[in-house]
This record gives sequence, C-alpha cells and structure tokens, in this order.
Amino acid sequence: MATDEDRLSADVSARVRKLRARAHRKELMRLPVTTGSRGARKIDLTERTSRIWQALPRPGRWAVLAAVAVVFYILPNFHPPVINTPGSDFASVLFFPVAIYVLAAIGLNVVVGQAGLLDLGYVAFFAIGAYSMALLGTKAHWNFWEVLPLGMLFAAVSGVILGAPTLRLRGDYLAIVTLGFGEIIHNTANNLNYIGGPRGISNIPHPPNVSTGVFHFRYGVLDPKPYYWLLLTIIIVVIVAVRRLERSRVGRAWTAIREDEDAAELMGVPTFKFKLWAFAIGASIGGIAGVVFATKVISITPDNFVFEFSILFVAAVVLGGSGNLAGVIVGAAVVGYLPERFRSFQDTRYLWFGAALVAMMIFRPQGLVPARRRQAEIKDITKPGGGSTGPLGGEVLGEDEFGAGGG
Amino acid sequence: MHFDNLYHQFFSLSFDGLNIGAIYALIALGYTLVYGVLRLINFAHSEIFMIGTFTALFATRWMDIPANAVPHHGIAIVFILVGAGLVAMAASGAAAVALERIAYRPLRRRGASRLAALISAIGASLFLQELFAKWKGRDPIPFPRIMKKEHLATVLRADIRSDKVIIITTAVLMMILLDRFVGLTRLGRGIRAVAQDAETAALMGVDIDRVITTTFLIGGLMAGVAGILYMVYYENTVYNIGFVPGIKAFTAAVLGGIGNLRGALLGGLLLGLLENYGGALFGAQWKDVTAFVLLVVVLMFRPTGLLGESLGRARV
Repeated sequence: MATDEDRLSADVSARVRKLRARAHRKELMRLPVTTGSRGARKIDLTERTSRIWQALPRPGRWAVLAAVAVVFYILPNFHPPVINTPGSDFASVLFFPVAIYVLAAIGLNVVVGQAGLLDLGYVAFFAIGAYSMALLGTKAHWNFWEVLPLGMLFAAVSGVILGAPTLRLRGDYLAIVTLGFGEIIHNTANNLNYIGGPRGISNIPHPPNVSTGVFHFRYGVLDPKPYYWLLLTIIIVVIVAVRRLERSRVGRAWTAIREDEDAAELMGVPTFKFKLWAFAIGASIGGIAGVVFATKVISITPDNFVFEFSILFVAAVVLGGSGNLAGVIVGAAVVGYLPERFRSFQDTRYLWFGAALVAMMIFRPQGLVPARRRQAEIKDITKPGGGSTGPLGGEVLGEDEFGAGGG
Repeated sequence: MHFDNLYHQFFSLSFDGLNIGAIYALIALGYTLVYGVLRLINFAHSEIFMIGTFTALFATRWMDIPANAVPHHGIAIVFILVGAGLVAMAASGAAAVALERIAYRPLRRRGASRLAALISAIGASLFLQELFAKWKGRDPIPFPRIMKKEHLATVLRADIRSDKVIIITTAVLMMILLDRFVGLTRLGRGIRAVAQDAETAALMGVDIDRVITTTFLIGGLMAGVAGILYMVYYENTVYNIGFVPGIKAFTAAVLGGIGNLRGALLGGLLLGLLENYGGALFGAQWKDVTAFVLLVVVLMFRPTGLLGESLGRARV
C-alpha cells in the first residue's frame, strides 16, 4: 500500500544524501585557511592529505588503497636504499616488529582509541595467543589454521574474564588493573613448569606450505617473506572488519562512551556491554598477533611478553593518533621501525626514542594523523579566551583533559 | 600451599612485609600527590626513585666509602645515612621538578589529552632509564654496607634487625611530616584547594603552577628517601630498578585510594604484608601475582580503593 510512497521517500532521501555529500566535499576543499579569531592557522601535511582523501570519490579511494596494499606486498622483495634497515634483515624487520606492532596497535586502538579504555596490559592477550599456538602446536600437533580461531577465542575469553569485574572501574583504575593483569600473565608463564617456565616452549610448528599454480609459500626458518605476506593479509582482513565495526551501531556506541560515559548511559547505550565487547574484540586481535608471532619465531619464552611491549603498543596508538585507524597504523609502523632503522646507534636508540616521544607529545599531542573528531575536541578546549592559564581558563574542560583538577 | 610456612614465620613475614611496604608507601606518595592535583599517572616517578638510589650511591662515593667498607658504628651511621639521604632527596626532588617542567608543563599549556600526557611520561621514563644505562652500564652496582645489620631482639619469633627498624621509622616519620605539611601549612592548603577544584583555587589567588611544582618536588623528595632506604636494605642498584617498586607503589596508591595520602601509607603497608604472606603460602615466585590479584579483588569490592580518593575531597 505504502510501498510507492516508501520507495519515493527512499529515493528522495538517497538523492538528498548524495547532494549533501557533494556539498560537503566542496566545502572541505574550500574551507578557509584562517579560522577563529587568532588569525592564520597552519594547515599541515596530514590535514591536507586528509582533505584530498575526503574529496576523492569512492572508486578513487579504493584504487589508492589497492595501490598502497600492492606496494606493501612487494616491499620485502626490494632493499630500498633509504628505508632499509642496516644491521638486520629488512623482510624480517617488516614482519617483526613492524607488522606485528601494526596488528597489535589496530587491536589496541579498538580499546583505547574507540572505546576510550586505557589498557596497559595488552601484551597479555598477545601472550595468550602465542602460548595457544605453542601449546596446541607442540602438544596436540594442531596446525596454524586450526589454532588461529582458538587463539582468538582464548584471548577474547580472557578479555571478558578480565573485563567483567573491572570494566565498572573508571579510567586510571582500569589502567592499573590491566597493567596488573599483564604482569599476572607474564609471571604465571614464568612460574608454570607445564608451559615451560622461564625456558618457554620451542619447536612450535610452522604453518603448512601453500602452493597455488603461480605462488608457492614455503613456511620455514629461512625465509621471512611468506610470514610477512600472511600477516599482511590478516592485517587487511582485520582492518576491513574493524572499519565496518567502527561505522556500525557498536562503533557509535564506543564513541559515545569515550566522549561521555554518563551521557551515553543516560541516552540508553548499554555501556557495560559495549565496553566488554570492545575489550573482547581488542583482545582477540591481540590473540591473532600472538598466534602469528609464535608460529614464525618457533620458540617463545615469557620474556617475549614483557610490560615494555604493552607500553610500546599504547605509544604506537597515541603517537599515530588515537582513534584514527590510518594514524594508528602509521604510529605502529614508526614505533616498530625506528629503533630497527637506528640499530647502528645500538644501545642509545631507546634513549632517543624516549626523547622523541616526549617531544612528539609536546609539539603534536593529537598524534601524527589525528582523528577528526578528536581534533575537534582539542580545538574546542584550546579555543581563545583561555588567557595565560591555558586550559584552566577555558570554559570547556572535558573529563578527558589533562590539566589541574579537570572533571 | 604451605600453610605451615605461613604459620611458623607469620611474625617475621609481617615485619619484613612492613619493611618493604614502608618503602612502597613512600614511593606511592609521589604518585598519589601528582594524581590528586593533575589526575595524571606520573609514569616516570619510578625513574625519580631510581635517580634517588643512584645518587645515594654517589654520595657514599663522595664520602670516600669503599664498596667493601667495614660497617660503621654509632654516630657515623647517622651521619652517612642523613648525608646520603639528603643528597638523594635533593637529586630526586630536582629531577621531579625538571620532569614536570620539560615533559608535562608544555602539554598542560596546550591542553593536551591525558593520554598524551601519559605517553610523554612513558617517553621520559624510557629516556631516564636509558640515560642511566648508557652512563652506568646495565649491570647492578653494589652499594657499600654502611651499617652492620644487627640483630636487636626477637619478638614473637620475628628477628628485629636494626636496618629494618631504621627503614620503618624513617618512612613513618616522613609520612607524618608530609601529612602535617599538607594539612597545616599554607602551601599544603593550596595543594588541597587545587586538588579539589583548580579553577576556583586559581580564582582565589592560588598560584597553580607553584602548587604543581611543589607537589612534584614533595613527591621527588619522598622518592629520594625511598631510594636511600631501599639501598640500605637491598644494597645494589641498576638502571631499571625503579620498575617493580614503581608499579607496586602505584598499586599501593590505588589500593589505598589514589589521591589520598593516608591511603598511600595504608596501601603500601598492606601490599607489603600481603605479598609477603602470599609468597610464603604459594612460593616466593608467586609474590607479584598475589599483589596484583589482590589489587583486582579489592577494586572489585571497593572501586575507589580502601580509604577512597581524597586529596581535597572524594572524587568520582
């Protein structure tokens, strides 16, 4: 009966949406260079890139993404002169730390960037994935593809077990509890003789070889490239999945929780449930990273899963731009790659890395490639009228803001 | 499970627990003060403690005490301890203030997110650790035995040793001093005011930057005291020595209720006690696990710690 009308309204709304999108694109392209009363605001490289990206039509975006993916697939076949890593094998470095960090950071971004829950023990999920692979692989002789879903499941379940009692806690309490959880997992791995104690587990099986007409992937000790390709493929699948989630009801719920948990709860978002989901999904991605890591390195010890990794993962997420997938990937790649690039500095590389983190946060606290929504927040806080007291004088002082006595 | 262990050594375990707990509590004060005022986990505080241990060591070298020194007696011990302690406090306090100036203040001015401040803290922590690793190497450095660890008395089968008595007394004394300072002085009132409501405090004429500098300074001084006491007890230091006491101290602060000074004392002592009991019960290697499981359990039932959060008042 009302089908015609429905179709008509659907048609109209689709057209309106298209027009609005086009207008939006134009507006973005044309945005004035100066905003606010403080005069000219510089538009930096990432912002410009982001605008060009916004203006690209959908097929164009796909083409760019495909090209980027292809570049990354063929990257280990070259030994590019500038970005090469003297002192260690380039393809190996691409696998670990770079690609592993990227995958872990994507997972952690779900928890930290999307839902706004600070997790300082993310390495625990990575360890659970790796130990699943090691145990099932050596004791039950399962192969990689059989362990992968189980590793995800174990990590997700442990995420829920950790999250269920602790997600009612706020911010920093959650941070310290997750930190404690990371230490519990590390110490337990160290203390339990069944899983090898401090010596860990060795002889973890490689994934079965794959040969299709053209390509032959031989998973062995000698060649890191097949592992890198495997991991890259997994990363792409995960990115697509996370992207879909981000745009879904779940993703919007996470954003709402991150921005203001009380308000979200009042608007009818079941915050606890969605926080638990964020934890479980983030954990399962960490689990995947762990499984792939274990199958590549053959032998793992508890010292592969120390607190420093949790810290580096968080650093990767925040450095790149918490909440923005592209930013997080860039951040993780930087965090993984830089210390390897400067291996010639040997023992001072982490010294400079630490200094770089501080400098980075001073000069670009929103991260390398900030999320647009986050950027809007920061702009909001530092808007003119603050006077010499900085954020303290501003009218808007978010719960999330770092300044004396905010909240 | 070794219940007989726990039963037979209960009092000596308790005494040892109070001993290490007192050190945790001193470090925890730094976390709790800064958190109360800035709502920031000062991740680099463990490195402030590390600097305290190193400068205490340097102080003994300046006093020409060789690494294999014959233990001193009487007034000499007091002189050395106080001297090295003051040096450690000065260095840690200065380092904490410098840390605030370099790594946190610029972020505060720019209204950065708390996550950004945390990353800055992590960066500073990494930098300081690596700086000392580069400078003094990555192997533990022994601290001279400046006092004979004398057996004083046996109370309820617990061996009361002179060094432990000194540690506990000093720590508790510092706590009381600090509590009085925050409770009674003008600057202390400023700290409480800023913790309660920074904007209003600023309107009332409280110099916020000065208050923040003071909290970092006090935290640093306490970490310096913790540094010398730790060295008297464990007698060696290394570039990453701050890590474990640091996270334990933070745990203690959260356990007692972060932002709460008396909570830090209670949390520290309790954590020291319970992890020692746990170690006796399950074996020494499970000590740390006990501590963290305990933290999770306590927070499940008391989500704001045992005494609640309050430097100024309870915060949500």
